[in-house]
Amino acid sequence: MRIKGKGLIDRANTVTFSFDGRSYDGFAGDTVASALLANDVTLMGRSFKYHRPRGVLTAGSEEPNALVTVGTGAASEPNVRATMQEVYEGLRVRSQNAWPSLDFDVMAVNNLVSPFLGAGFYYKTFMWPRKFWERVYEPVIRRAAGLGGLSGAHNPDSYERAFAFCDVLVIGAGPAGLMAALTAARGGADVILADEDALMGGRLNAETYQIDGKPGHVWAAEAVAELAGMDNVRLMSRTTVTGAYDQGTFGALERVGQHHGDRSAGAPVECFWRIVARHSILTAGALERPIAFQNNDRPGIMTAGAVRAYLNRWGVSPGKALTIFANNDDAHRTARDLADAGVRIAAVIDSRTDADIEGDFPVYRGAQVFNTGGGKELESISIRTISGVEKIQTDCLAMSGGWNPTVHLTCHMNGRPTWRPDIQAFVPTEGAIPGMVVAGACNGTFSTHGCLAEGAQVAGKVLEVLGKKVPDVALPQAEDAPYRMAPLWAVAGKGRAWLDFQNDVSVKDVAQAAVENFRSVEHMKRYTTQGMATDQGKNSNVGALAVLADATGRGIPETGTTTFRPPYSPVTIAAMGAGAQGKGFAPQRFTTSHNASVEAGAPMIEAGLWYRPSYFPKAGEKTWRQSCDREVGYVRKAVGICDVSTLGKIDIQGPDAAALLDFVYTNMFSTLKVGRVRYGLMLREDGTVMDDGTCARLGDQHFVMTTTTAAAGAVMKHLEFVAQCLHPEWRVAMTSVTEQWAQFAVAGPKSRELLNGVLDAPIDNDSWPFMACGDMSVLGVKGRLFRISFSGEHAYEIAVPARYGESLFRELVARAQGLGGGAYGMEALNVLRVEKGFITHAEIHGRTTAFDVGMAGMISAKKDCIGKVMAARPGLVAGDRERLVGMKPVGAVKMLSAGAHIFEKDAQAVRENDQGYVTSVCFSPEVGTYVGLGFVKNGPERYGEVMRVVDHLRDLEVEVEICPPVFFDPEGGLARG
Amino acid sequence: MRLDCPICGNRDRREFYYQGDAVMLARPAVDAGAVAWDRYLHLRGNPAGQTRDLWQHEAGCGAWLVVTRDTVTHAVSAVELASDVKGAMA
Amino acid sequence: MRFSGLRVLREGLTGNKGWAPHWRDAEPKAEYDAIIIGGGGHGLSTAYYLAKEHGLTNIAVLEKGYLGGGNVGRNTTIVRANYFLQGNSEFYSHSLKLWEGLEEDLNYNVMHSQRGLINLFHSDGQRDAFARRGNAMINQGDDAVLLDREGVRKHLPYLDFDNVRFPVYGGLLHPRGGTARHDAVAWGYARGASDRGVDLIQQCEVTGIDIENGQVRGVQTTRGPIRAKKVGIVVAGRSGQVAAMAGMRLPIESHVLQAFVTEGLKPCIDHVVSFGMGHFYISQSDKGGLVFGGDLDFYASYASRGNLPMAEHVMEAGMTLMPMIGKAKVLRSWGGIMDMTPDGSPIIDKTDTKGLFIDCGWCYGGFKAVPGSGFSFAHLMATGNHHAPAAKYRLDRFRTGVGLMDEEGTGSQHNLH
Repeated sequence: MRIKGKGLIDRANTVTFSFDGRSYDGFAGDTVASALLANDVTLMGRSFKYHRPRGVLTAGSEEPNALVTVGTGAASEPNVRATMQEVYEGLRVRSQNAWPSLDFDVMAVNNLVSPFLGAGFYYKTFMWPRKFWERVYEPVIRRAAGLGGLSGAHNPDSYERAFAFCDVLVIGAGPAGLMAALTAARGGADVILADEDALMGGRLNAETYQIDGKPGHVWAAEAVAELAGMDNVRLMSRTTVTGAYDQGTFGALERVGQHHGDRSAGAPVECFWRIVARHSILTAGALERPIAFQNNDRPGIMTAGAVRAYLNRWGVSPGKALTIFANNDDAHRTARDLADAGVRIAAVIDSRTDADIEGDFPVYRGAQVFNTGGGKELESISIRTISGVEKIQTDCLAMSGGWNPTVHLTCHMNGRPTWRPDIQAFVPTEGAIPGMVVAGACNGTFSTHGCLAEGAQVAGKVLEVLGKKVPDVALPQAEDAPYRMAPLWAVAGKGRAWLDFQNDVSVKDVAQAAVENFRSVEHMKRYTTQGMATDQGKNSNVGALAVLADATGRGIPETGTTTFRPPYSPVTIAAMGAGAQGKGFAPQRFTTSHNASVEAGAPMIEAGLWYRPSYFPKAGEKTWRQSCDREVGYVRKAVGICDVSTLGKIDIQGPDAAALLDFVYTNMFSTLKVGRVRYGLMLREDGTVMDDGTCARLGDQHFVMTTTTAAAGAVMKHLEFVAQCLHPEWRVAMTSVTEQWAQFAVAGPKSRELLNGVLDAPIDNDSWPFMACGDMSVLGVKGRLFRISFSGEHAYEIAVPARYGESLFRELVARAQGLGGGAYGMEALNVLRVEKGFITHAEIHGRTTAFDVGMAGMISAKKDCIGKVMAARPGLVAGDRERLVGMKPVGAVKMLSAGAHIFEKDAQAVRENDQGYVTSVCFSPEVGTYVGLGFVKNGPERYGEVMRVVDHLRDLEVEVEICPPVFFDPEGGLARG
Repeated sequence: MRLDCPICGNRDRREFYYQGDAVMLARPAVDAGAVAWDRYLHLRGNPAGQTRDLWQHEAGCGAWLVVTRDTVTHAVSAVELASDVKGAMA
Repeated sequence: MRFSGLRVLREGLTGNKGWAPHWRDAEPKAEYDAIIIGGGGHGLSTAYYLAKEHGLTNIAVLEKGYLGGGNVGRNTTIVRANYFLQGNSEFYSHSLKLWEGLEEDLNYNVMHSQRGLINLFHSDGQRDAFARRGNAMINQGDDAVLLDREGVRKHLPYLDFDNVRFPVYGGLLHPRGGTARHDAVAWGYARGASDRGVDLIQQCEVTGIDIENGQVRGVQTTRGPIRAKKVGIVVAGRSGQVAAMAGMRLPIESHVLQAFVTEGLKPCIDHVVSFGMGHFYISQSDKGGLVFGGDLDFYASYASRGNLPMAEHVMEAGMTLMPMIGKAKVLRSWGGIMDMTPDGSPIIDKTDTKGLFIDCGWCYGGFKAVPGSGFSFAHLMATGNHHAPAAKYRLDRFRTGVGLMDEEGTGSQHNLH
C-alpha cells in the first residue's frame, strides 16, 4: 500500500502498466516491484526448481525472485528484474516459469516430491534405459527448467557500443561515490561517475538520514547537480559497471531506453561501454543478506533494507502489519522508519539478547524466527524466545542477517576478498585491481559519515597520483552510528531453510553435499547449484559458506569463497555484440567492378571479406554450369576478363628488397631481371606451404608481390616480421597496395588483340614476352601490365589506379564481347586453373609441403629461406606422404566430388585403407568429363593406377585413373605463344 | 588489455596481433641441427610469471614489439621495438 | 553405494540420511605403485582405468586444489568425434564409444546428451573441407550427414538465413555429437576410482619429481615426499611447470579461452551449433543457460580470465548468426588455461625419464577426450606400450615432422591455432 507523504516518486504523473494482463497504476519513478507492492501484489514469480511462489526479496539488481518478462512479440525480454524495470505508460509485464498461471502453477508439484529431488539427485538416476536420456528424461527436465523464454524471433531492437576514457572512474553514486566524484572533479580530474540506478544517491534515497541538516536524498541531488554542471564530469546513471579488465579497462552497460517504450528512430535500448580509466574508485555499497529459516521464502518476506527502500524511496509499505527479524542494529532503522510513517509493527525480533532497540512495538530480544505460515503470501511467523514459542500474525517480514560489501568487481582479476570478523563479511583486498581504490560500505565502512570521509580521502589520494592539487572539500555532517551485529546464518530447525532462493538450495542441501564429500566450497556450489542462479550468489553465498563451514567444522575464511566473475549483473548479448547483427559482423570489401558485375546479374559470393562474381548468366542459361562452360570457352577460344584485384599486392622497395624476397620465397628472386615476373612459393617456418603467387621486379630495388586473396594479411605480417624481427639491418620497406590498384586478367588467344586496342603503345611477343612486366598506358591512364597466366592461355593482368577500375573493366568487357569473349567469374576461373593443375588454398591448405605439391625442386639449395630447415624434417619428405595428383573418371560414373576419399580399387572404404582425398574438381569442357586434383600416398608414383573414390556423404563411388595434375597444354606452349 | 606502443602510444589490445615467445627473434643458422630448431620453433619455457613475447601493432603503425609482461597478472612492464631488441642482440 | 532411481526414492522416504561420501579423502601413503599428478578429468579417468582395466589399485591421484577444478570444470561441455586426420580420428572415435557407455560403467549420470552437433559452412571451399571431414568420420565408423542450406534450416530455423554477413551454405551434422554435465564426469570418475581403491588426495601440490639414474623414484609434495615407480603428469594448464620439475621443456604455450553462460531460458537451442567463420559455438544446458564460446584471447596467459575484445567478438558472432539470442543475458564469463601445442593435437607419451609419462597438450578440446585420454594413458602407464588409438600422440613429432596432426591447417607452429 502507498504511504502518504513518502517517496521520491512523481505523484503528479500516473502511469498505467500491465502485469499478466491486468492493468495497474503506478507513478513515474516507480519500478515494477514498487508499483506492484503499492497495488498489494506480492506474488511475482516462481522459483527455478520447486516452483515455489515468490515475492520480491530485494530492491535492487540482485533480486533473485521477481524476474519477469517485459514487452511482447519479438521485442519481449525475459528475466528482467522487477526491481530494476522502471514503469512507463503502456509497459507490459508478464510473469514467467509458471504454467498455466503464476497463481496456479502445475510444476509446483515438484515441491511436493522435493524429498526425492534433493541436491544432486539427477546424478544418481535417469540412467536406465540408456536411450531414455535424450528421448524422455532430458526433454522433460529441459522443459521444466529455464526461467523466461526467448521469443525465437530475430532481435528487432537497436543496441550500441561506445568507448570512453577518463582519469577517474567512480563506480557507485552513494554517499562515498558522490563525495569521491566531487573531490576528484573539483581537483580537475576527468571523472566518470556511473551508477546502476536511475536516480543517483544510492542508499541516501532509501534512508531518512540527514546530511548537513537536510535529507540525504536532497544532499545527493545537490551533489549530482553540481557534478552535472562541470565540464570534466560525465554522469552515467542507469549504467552498471559490469567487469574489471586489464590495464584499467572496464565494461559497462547503460540502459538507454529500457525506461520508456519509445523504439522509434532506431534509438538504442542499451549501450555497452568500454571505459578506460587511469584510476578507479569502487564505491558500490553493500548488499543485505537474508537469514535462513524454515519457509523464509514466502512472498512478503524481504530484506530489511529493501523494506526501507520501498517505504522511503517509493512511498510503499509492503504490508499492513510488519515484523522485523535481525541480528544487527541497522535493521532497527526499518522499525523506526515504519513507525514514523505510521505503519503498524507487529514485532521486532532480534537474535541478540542485548539488542538496543526501543519503540512503540513489541521487541523480542534473543529470539529467532523459525518458521512462517501462509500460502502464496505471508500470514504469520513463528518465533522461539527464551520463554518459548510464539506465533505472530504479519503480512511482511523484514529480515537482516547483516551486510556484505559489494566486493565483486575487485575479484574480477582473480583477487580474493579478505574476511573481516568484526563485521562478519568479506571486504576487498587492497590492490586486487591495479589502479582501483575502494571506499565506503563497499569497504566495510557502514556509517554515512564514514562513507563521505572515505570517499573524499581516496579521491584525494588519486588526485595526488595524478599530480593534481587536492581541493579543500568540507566534509558534510552526517550520522556516524556504529555497525553492531552478531552472526546469525541459519536458524536451527526442521524443514527447508532457503539459502539460494532462485535455485531452491536449502541449508539441508548444503549439509547433504558436505556428507557426500562435496566439502570444498567449489564442490558444494557445483553439486547443489548454490550461487549459480541469476544473482550469482549475491544474496546467499556468504550464508551458504557459513553453513558449509559449520557442517565441515571449519571457519569461514578457511572454507574460502567461490570466484566472482564478470559480469557483475547480466548483460544482454545484443548489447555486447551490438552492430554485428545482419552484415555488421565483418567488413565488406568490394572491388571496383562490383557494380558492373551486379548489373550483369552475377551472383556475388564471399571470398574472405571480399565479394566476387560467381558467374555471369546469359539469357537462356538454366544452370550455373552452362554459364561457366561458356565463360571457360571465352578464355580458351577468344578472350575473357576477370577482376583479380582481391589478390594481395605488396609493394616492396629498398636496397635489400631482393634479399628479403630470397629469404621469404623458397626460390631465388635476386636473379630476377627488371621487367620480369617470377612465380614464388612461400613457406611457413614449419616447412608447410604458406602461400604462392607472382612477384614482379619493376626496378632494381622495387618489387610488387602478389599473394592469394586469403593470405594477403598474413603475408604482410610475415614480411614485416622478417624485416623487423629477423633482419632489422636490411634496408627495405613494404606497404600493402591491394586497394590502390584495380587489376584485371585479360586471358585467351585474343588477349593481345584486345589489349592492343586499348594500350597507348601496342605490344608484341618480343616487347612483352611471357612473364614480362612493366609500366604502360591504357586509354591515357598510366598503369602496369603483367604477362602472367592462371589459365594456361596467352594472358595478361592489367593494373590501373583503383579510381579507373570500374571504367576500365566495363571497357575491357565490352571489347572482349566484340571479340567473341566476355567477363568470367570464379567458377570459370576455377575450371581454368584445375585444368592446368594450378594450386589454390584447396591444395595448399596448411598441411601440405612443397614436396607434397610437387615443388620440392623450388626450394633453392643455394640459400637459406624461411621454412627450409623444417621442410627437410624426415616426416615431411617421406615418400609415402599424400602428394598431389590429378584424376579422371574411368568407370561408369563420370562425376567427381571434392572431399571424397581415395582407396585402392578393391579395398573397403575405411580409415585403415585411406589412400588420400580429392581437393578440387570441375567439369572440364576440354577433357569432356569431370577432372580432379587430390592427394594420394606416394602420389606421382601411382600415375596410371585405377583407384576408387568414395564419397559416403553424397553417395558417390567413382573409379578414377591417377594421372599428372595437368589436363591441358602440359607443355605450356599456349601461355608463351 | 592495453599496450603502450612506443610509436603510437597507449592502445587497446584489439589493435595488436600476437605472435608468442620472443625466442622467435633468435633464429638458428640453417645448419644448427634438429635440436636447436626444435627449441626455436616448438619448445617453450612457457613461464607462469614474467615473459617476453612478440606482438605487432597490426592495426596501427605495423611495428613489431617485444612486450615484457606477467602471464599470471597480465601486468605489462615494458614494451620495446623488436627491431631495437634484435639490433642489440647482434 | 549403488545409485539408482530406487535408491533416490528410498532415501527420499527416509529423510535422505543414508547418503555416503562419493569418494574417500585419503591421506598420502609413503609409497604407491603409480602416482597421477593432477586430479582433473584426465587424471581421474586415468586412475579409474588403471584400476579397472589393469588392476592397478595401489595408486594415488595428487591434486593441488580440489578434484575437477581445472578445465573439466570450466569448459563448454561438448562431446564429439568429428576429427578427420589419422591419429585423431581413431582416438576421438574410441573416446566417444567410451562416453556412450559411461553412465552404465560409472553408475553415475553424467548427462551425456547426444543431441547432434552441426558445423556450419559458408562457401564452396568450406563445404569441400567439411565433406572431406565427414567422409573421414564415416570411414572411421562414426556418423556424419552433409546438410544443404534447407537441411540446416530444418534443424536450426532460428538462424538468420536472409540478412547475414556470411550466408549459410550448409552444415555437417554429427548426430552422435552432443554435450555432457562436465562436473559430473569428474565426480563420476573420482567415485569410480575411489571405490576401486585409488587414493584421491586433494590439497596436495607436487613441488618436485625425484629422478635417479634416469628412473623416476617419486615426487615431493606439500604433504611430504611420496615414492612411486611410475608417475604420470596430467596437469593441463600447468604442464610446463610440472614437466620442468623433470627437466623437460614442452612444445606448449598456455593460452586463455573464454566461455560464457546466460541466465536460464526455456528450451530454444536443441543442438550444438558451431559457426567456424565467426569462431562461435553454442548449446543450451539442461538448466536452460546458453553455453557458448569463441576463440582464444591470443596471448600467453595463466590467468583463467579473459578480456573484452574477444568477449565482444563472441557476442558479435552470435548476433550475426542467430539474432534471436540477442535478449538473452550473459550471466557469467570465465577462462580456462589451454595447453596449446604447435599442431593443435595432444600428447600422450613416455618421456626420456624411465617411469615418467605425460598426457598434455589438449588445446581447447580436452573435455570430450576425458574417457579416451584416461583409457589410453592408463594403457601406456600400465603396459609401457602405446594404446593403438593414441599411438600417434608422440612428443617428438614436432622434431621429426612425423605424424603432425594439424586439423585446422593453420600451420604447425605456435599461435596459429
